[in-house]
Amino acid sequence: MSPSLAATLYLIAGILFILALRGLSSPETSRQGNLFGILGMIIAIIVTFLSINIFFSSLIYILIALALGGSLGSIIAYRIPMTAMPQLVAGFHSLVGLSAVFVALSAFYSPQFFGLGTPNNIKIASLIEMSLGASIGAITFTGSIIAFLKLQGLMSGNPITFKGQHFINLLIGVGIIGLTVYLTKNQNNNVFWLLIIASFLIGVLLIIPIGGADMPVVISMLNSYSGWAAAGIGFTLENTALIITGALVGSSGAILSYIMCKGMNRSFFNVILGGFGGNNLAAHDKKERKPVKKGNAEDAAFLMKNASSVIIVPGYGMAVAQAQHAIKEMADNLKKNGVRVTYAVHPVAGRMPGHMNVLLAEANVPYDEVFELENINSDFANTDVAFVIGANDVTNPIAKTDPKSPIYGMPILDVEKSKSVLFVKRSLSPGYAGVDNELFYRDNTLMLFADAKKMTENIVKNLD
Amino acid sequence: MEIDPFVFRLSIFVLSIFIGYYVVWSVTPSLHTPLMSVTNAISSVIIVGAIVATSNLSSGTVFKFSNILGFVAIVLAAINIFGGFLVTQRMLKMYKKKKGKSN
Repeated sequence: MSPSLAATLYLIAGILFILALRGLSSPETSRQGNLFGILGMIIAIIVTFLSINIFFSSLIYILIALALGGSLGSIIAYRIPMTAMPQLVAGFHSLVGLSAVFVALSAFYSPQFFGLGTPNNIKIASLIEMSLGASIGAITFTGSIIAFLKLQGLMSGNPITFKGQHFINLLIGVGIIGLTVYLTKNQNNNVFWLLIIASFLIGVLLIIPIGGADMPVVISMLNSYSGWAAAGIGFTLENTALIITGALVGSSGAILSYIMCKGMNRSFFNVILGGFGGNNLAAHDKKERKPVKKGNAEDAAFLMKNASSVIIVPGYGMAVAQAQHAIKEMADNLKKNGVRVTYAVHPVAGRMPGHMNVLLAEANVPYDEVFELENINSDFANTDVAFVIGANDVTNPIAKTDPKSPIYGMPILDVEKSKSVLFVKRSLSPGYAGVDNELFYRDNTLMLFADAKKMTENIVKNLD
Repeated sequence: MEIDPFVFRLSIFVLSIFIGYYVVWSVTPSLHTPLMSVTNAISSVIIVGAIVATSNLSSGTVFKFSNILGFVAIVLAAINIFGGFLVTQRMLKMYKKKKGKSN
């Protein structure tokens, strides 16, 4: 295949990837969009096969590798529970990062395969491009591994901070740039390895200070990095499909990070520098509080059965308790009693963008009953019952009233405006931000202390 | 003087960032998780580099270091491609409207 034809077909693959993302603008078009994405991938792979001189023996190896990875990926995709989606995505990011590192390394060792010169005599521009691709790929790899370990619970979600952390990161960052410059003068294998190892290290250091509930930002950020790594490799290999995809994924992740930061009213740097949600914030004023009103499943069932409208506010606790199916059952039961049931999702509810929506969809909740914050917030005032399950900080009215609070200015769901609030929670402990929720102590709030799933199931029993 | 082809690639890159910017803002927030998994899958188009690295067996039989790296990179990228697209498809199938099948 002529290089021009190949380049044109790579462009078509790139366009199909754009259409794949475009499809996600609504659930109806999304499935078709995904098929466009698959088609683009098939085209890109076939074009690659047709445009290189391939030895029969290497073809066998390539097919073995494809079959191996393909079957492993398929098994994972079918087996993975929806609640584990954040760690799965983090794991997938790490693989993109590592393959970027490997492709860059192989281009460095055998540039003649890629038409980039001969070993130790690589074009300067290609060297810089592959250093960028390798470095960002390496950061994505180790960063995603740390994110994965935190999300999977194999590593504590608490931020790990130490003195001089940011200074060390800066030093390594400058070191990586220095190594890249040095590499253009002296194409030494060891220098390239050193560059990769330094990037591995900074990937770890960047993610460890970031706490568990800031994971939506981390995961979006790593998504973005994996895109930039792919783009770096795309420049090295002079491949349009890779450049387009890298740019798309890079900007996609960046936008998601921005949306997540805005959902917490924090700057990107505030999140990245980490340390938020540590114990040092627990020193909030311990004013005299009224005792809370405790309720049980029976009270909750009675309240909701006699309501005309209920808004369910799910949070990370729902995912942990796997309560989504029980919630759907409860909602169906209420609807049979003529109650209008809707769901309100905060942008940073859960551990990744859109986390709650996927879990509700899994439980067969129709997506047109699930609303984003800005579309439902005005409805709380006309609602009888707000049923908060596993969410906390995102409902705390202190974000609107106390400028000293760490969550001040964060957009919150106005659950306090509804006639009564039901709070399913294990205890009165403050949320991730370490802030007490004054909503617990209000007259129209009923606390339901229990595991989210068990409580919901008990409510269902009491509704019958 | 001739224009360096790098500039053309850079143009494609910059324009794609803009396309990405507008396309991603139009993605509905409820599909942000599938967005992440599908971007994951498509960024694994890096597999094309891995295939090139594996295809050039120098003497047809002897493995070079680069070939091995390429082989592993194909496996990793293939996990992502299959896993990413399939899990996205699985998620998207769950999004149903009110009047559809109610279980």
